[in-house]
Amino acid sequence: MENRPLEYDYTVAKMFMFTTVVLGIVGMLVGVILAFQLAYPEVNTILGEGLAEYTNFSRLRPLHTDAVIFGFTFSGIWATWYYVGQRVLKVSMAESALLMFLGKLHFWLYLVGVAAVVVSLLMGITTSKEYAEFEWPIDIAIVVVWVIWGLGLFGLIGIRREKSLYISIWYYIATFLGIAMLYLFNNMEIPTMLATNAAGESGIGAWYHSVSMYSGTNDALVQWWYGHNAVAFGFTVPIVAMIYYFLPKESGQAIYSYKLSLLSFWGLMFVYLWAGGHHLLYSTVPDWMQTMGSIFSVILILPSWGSAINMLLTMKGEWQQVAASPLIKFMVLGSTFYMFSTLEGPIQAIKSVNAIAHFTDWIVGHVHDGVLGWVGFMIMAALFHMAPRVFKREIYSKSLMATQFWIQTLGVVLYFTSMWIAGITQGMMWRAHDEFGNLAYSFIDTVTVLHPYYTIRGVGGLLYLVGFLMFAYNMYKTMSARPVEESELQSASPMGA
Amino acid sequence: MFHWLEKHPFFFAVGVFLVISFAGLIEILPNFAQASRPVIGTAPYSTLELTGRHVYIKNSCNACHSQLVRPFKSETDRYGHYSLSGEYAYDRPFLWGSKRTGPDLWRVGNYRTTDWHENHMKDPAGVVPGSIMPAYTWMFTNKADVDTAYAEQLTVAQFFSVPYNKPVPMKDGSAKVVKMGNSVAEANALALAEAQVIAADMKDQNVKDAVARGEIPEIVALIAYLNSLK
Repeated sequence: MENRPLEYDYTVAKMFMFTTVVLGIVGMLVGVILAFQLAYPEVNTILGEGLAEYTNFSRLRPLHTDAVIFGFTFSGIWATWYYVGQRVLKVSMAESALLMFLGKLHFWLYLVGVAAVVVSLLMGITTSKEYAEFEWPIDIAIVVVWVIWGLGLFGLIGIRREKSLYISIWYYIATFLGIAMLYLFNNMEIPTMLATNAAGESGIGAWYHSVSMYSGTNDALVQWWYGHNAVAFGFTVPIVAMIYYFLPKESGQAIYSYKLSLLSFWGLMFVYLWAGGHHLLYSTVPDWMQTMGSIFSVILILPSWGSAINMLLTMKGEWQQVAASPLIKFMVLGSTFYMFSTLEGPIQAIKSVNAIAHFTDWIVGHVHDGVLGWVGFMIMAALFHMAPRVFKREIYSKSLMATQFWIQTLGVVLYFTSMWIAGITQGMMWRAHDEFGNLAYSFIDTVTVLHPYYTIRGVGGLLYLVGFLMFAYNMYKTMSARPVEESELQSASPMGA
Repeated sequence: MFHWLEKHPFFFAVGVFLVISFAGLIEILPNFAQASRPVIGTAPYSTLELTGRHVYIKNSCNACHSQLVRPFKSETDRYGHYSLSGEYAYDRPFLWGSKRTGPDLWRVGNYRTTDWHENHMKDPAGVVPGSIMPAYTWMFTNKADVDTAYAEQLTVAQFFSVPYNKPVPMKDGSAKVVKMGNSVAEANALALAEAQVIAADMKDQNVKDAVARGEIPEIVALIAYLNSLK
């Protein structure tokens, strides 16, 4: 028997790397435009009065969230899956024509879905539910894409050589199952074209319109069970999958503790789903649900920090790598932002804090220190690690990478500090009463006071976007400018090979 | 056990699914029926109001405006009585929002008028100096989609027994009947009759002319919806 290392096939991984970069630019660019619209309302008519309907804040806002979630993040998740999956299961995509076909079908159908989403959101076709804005035809397309990924995922697991599933695979499986469950239940809706009236007319009105199966308080409960846990299974679980693979590989260090990874995985799975109620504190959902949401949010610190501490301790004794390698910097700061964000979230979920924080920009700040600092950094780090191995070329510029790191870190810090101040300022002003017991401020006072913070946030977002463009340029040059290496690039140490 | 699970992906996946699914069952199901019941005084949306609700959703007004008054003095002072679960029984989808870049709108019908909305939607900063809300000028020319709202009324009446054409108890002891057309033509006629009442209070001549011609601009439907929030 011939004794040579496996050759992996990265065709599908490359396709998703491409959409990660492109949709990342789109989503972040729209985000920066939105930020400046809040600071300078004239930006709403940036393309003139005639196109104002399509460039104003409210029409663009779902496009921003969906482009960065379902565009950038999910492309990143799949790019890494089609890379990591093969390597830890010790099987190549090229070994199965069916799996290769499914992988490509997955990508192309996904691309069709993305196009449909962009067009429909710009036209204002939306169900209004956050991160679930798509009407039923697109929902069906998303389910198909998801099932195809699932077939590929379990297919590859089915033909694996390495019998034991590595930690990253646990998290990819959980991502698949979690999103499937959440998405299906939150998008239960009835197409209105099915209704018939007394006159026998049917198919009335827009064919794509639908109405939610849940109403009012129930709808809110299901939506935030989804909304909160889509964050769990989109922004946490698959990103943890990435860091469990890429940090040990890049640093050459073994995972610090297997037991800690077990505890964090099963703990995260169990606890996360209960915490959705913290989006509905002081709303009309029953008090016991709110309290459960609050308590489980605080408990959630344990499994979240379990993963993050496991990552940081993996670097034990090797901290000089943080100074030496920009790629390690991204991952270590990513883990740190993860710890930071998973502490901030539970604080906001405490009822008395939530009374001030809810509906304010502090929440926006929280989301962004999580996604910019943790999700974004980790996905870029993963792609930086993959590129030399996928394209068989060294990274074009390490110094560009280091510059990008510092620019983006500054961007994130400006973003969340300004949003903290904005959120707490606004929350305190809303509730302030004067000595006669009347409201101290009219609502507009609490808007105009935010202008400087909105401006700083816009600058922070712009810096992050500039860093992302540097990332895109670096990736492009890596693909095209460097000579092809004879053999696959070796990792930092024998452990990482 | 964990080592065994890691070698058996099927059972691993089943295990994960069990662990992640029962939080939802315990938190969502027990209160489901209770939370669907309307309180007295809550009536379904009329054809034009529902059309306006679609305009609200189409423009993601919920991205900046909440529709949920929390039980704090500062909120009841500013917006009126705190929200009750049953008030939302006919809200599909719910529109509580998650961010108050602008004020809450759940009871805006109590303290703003058609005239105020008309001026404000055309030029927000002209009405509220310092406002960062964009103008929504296209709503004055875009035609509202009454048919889709009517299809939604039919759907909720058929599938969820929403009481259209039936008496609904009001707070003062009277009963209110929200009419739904028996045909597309009748639904449009009902919406137009409502639109004429709104347009009578408006200044924009193009809007008035459109309604006189039998057309309903989006702004008229939106104002009907906002006025219904009480």
